[in-house]
Amino acid sequence: MATQHSRSAARVMMAPAVILLLGWMLIPLTMTLWFSFRRFLPLRGGDLGWIGLENYVRFVTSSSFWPAVQTTLVLVGGVLLITVVLGVLLAMLLDQPMWGQGVVRILIIAPFFVMPTVSALVWKNMFMDPVNGLFAHLWQAFGAEPIVWLSDASLFSIVLIVSWQWLPFATLILLTAIQSLDSEQLEAAEMDGAPPLSRFGFIILPHLSRAITIVILIQTIFLLSIFAEIFVTTGGAFGTRTLTYMIFQRVLESQNVGLGSAGGVYAIILANIVAIFLMRIVGRNLDA
Amino acid sequence: MARAVSTQQKTINTVLAWAIGLLIFFPILWTILTSFKTEAQAINDPPLFLFFDWTLENYAIVQERSDYMRFLWNSVIIAGGSTIVGIIIAVPAAWSMAFVPSKRTKDILLWMLSTKMLPAVGVLYPINLIFIQLGLLDTRTGLVIIMMLINLPIIVWMLYTYFREIPGEILEAARMDGAGLRDEILYVLTPMAIPGIASTILLNFILAWNEAFWTLNLTAAKAGPLTAFIASYSSPEGLFFAKLSAASTMAIAPILILGWFSQKQLVRGLTFGAVK
Repeated sequence: MATQHSRSAARVMMAPAVILLLGWMLIPLTMTLWFSFRRFLPLRGGDLGWIGLENYVRFVTSSSFWPAVQTTLVLVGGVLLITVVLGVLLAMLLDQPMWGQGVVRILIIAPFFVMPTVSALVWKNMFMDPVNGLFAHLWQAFGAEPIVWLSDASLFSIVLIVSWQWLPFATLILLTAIQSLDSEQLEAAEMDGAPPLSRFGFIILPHLSRAITIVILIQTIFLLSIFAEIFVTTGGAFGTRTLTYMIFQRVLESQNVGLGSAGGVYAIILANIVAIFLMRIVGRNLDA
Repeated sequence: MARAVSTQQKTINTVLAWAIGLLIFFPILWTILTSFKTEAQAINDPPLFLFFDWTLENYAIVQERSDYMRFLWNSVIIAGGSTIVGIIIAVPAAWSMAFVPSKRTKDILLWMLSTKMLPAVGVLYPINLIFIQLGLLDTRTGLVIIMMLINLPIIVWMLYTYFREIPGEILEAARMDGAGLRDEILYVLTPMAIPGIASTILLNFILAWNEAFWTLNLTAAKAGPLTAFIASYSSPEGLFFAKLSAASTMAIAPILILGWFSQKQLVRGLTFGAVK
């Protein structure tokens, strides 16, 4: 029923959004790509010419590259593990009949709305401060020596902070998915004498697999670019320098734009690999 | 799922869920409580929970020393401005994709989504450079543009999923009754689309309010929103727990309240319609 006329009208209506996003993507990306092949030090001589792939090689052979990869993997993997496992358990609990379900949901979802700089600083000071933090009081109450969280267990502390921020997201999505589960199927299994564990393993978990995949993919994309939480807590010190943070330091702190841009291209490629899987799932859903 | 359970089971569920809920909420509660203490009480050993001399002095001090209102206003302008501009650009696009779909609609949608996946740090220097050249560094205008661009894919997607749920038959019916395009949009579609547009606005306002990469890297004293204001507390001088708490409470309170209204939309918006 769409006429030629409405088709061209549709194109005009879409144009501003498409053109803006095209510019937003292509212009900076081309610049990053261009800089990545050049020796470019804005504060020390400026653009010193074409050097081919040297930046790419230097970025991955620098002594801080592999530690940064490891930090990134631990951060992303740790947060994913904590949020998905606890998220499934919490979603199942919230799905049970109880009093005050709405209020509990609100309590659990709240951390997601706290801006990253606030949550990082509140945790850093009021909980993890080795003298006045609540954890220090708690440790002392049990006669233990307080831990200097952000230097002695720095990466773990950041995993903890970020998990607290993202657990609500995982829980909420998994809860939405669980609520779409056909309860008759569960009841039938229960009547046939299936014990709780196999009901979980054979009915609930398979039903959740798609939602879990989506949670993992979306969180991975956001977690790969975690920035503020590191910026205001350790500033990348004590083994908390992720790839994103390393690129940030190359570009803005040491002003080696060529090197940082090569790192940026790596980050873009990495994010795109994750994105492809996510887009497949989302795309399949569009057809439905 | 309405399953019949014993009162005993329900009691166990309730106690367990409330305990976990309060534990997760505790850091926020603690921040709010601490904001009403004096600095000395805030670091008292043992910690004081409810029985202290409640005071509002921290809120006054924060405003007085750091001009909190200016940061708040910057946040409102940046989050609000980028959302409004984004909606104005996205509504026609989402509209045409939902009602006049073509073979390429799906590809365009997925491509838009892919721009959202672009890691910000990868284009940090180019954007910085462009901002310096155009004189946009540390301006609210610059931040409005960036926030609008990074959230535009989500806005288009959310609107698209809402618009697609409006049945096409209703348009045909209106046309049969002799409604022109203007009447169609004004009296038939708009009323049906308003809830979707409202939730899109809500979620994107929240996302823009909390964004903390570009706001930290592209602003300084002039256009800095609350994210940047709070970050300035990372290098403390002297006693400051209570003031940090007061500043934090003021920064998150409006969004917590808005957020509670947007729980359902959150799932749809952040999973691009893949989970509803």
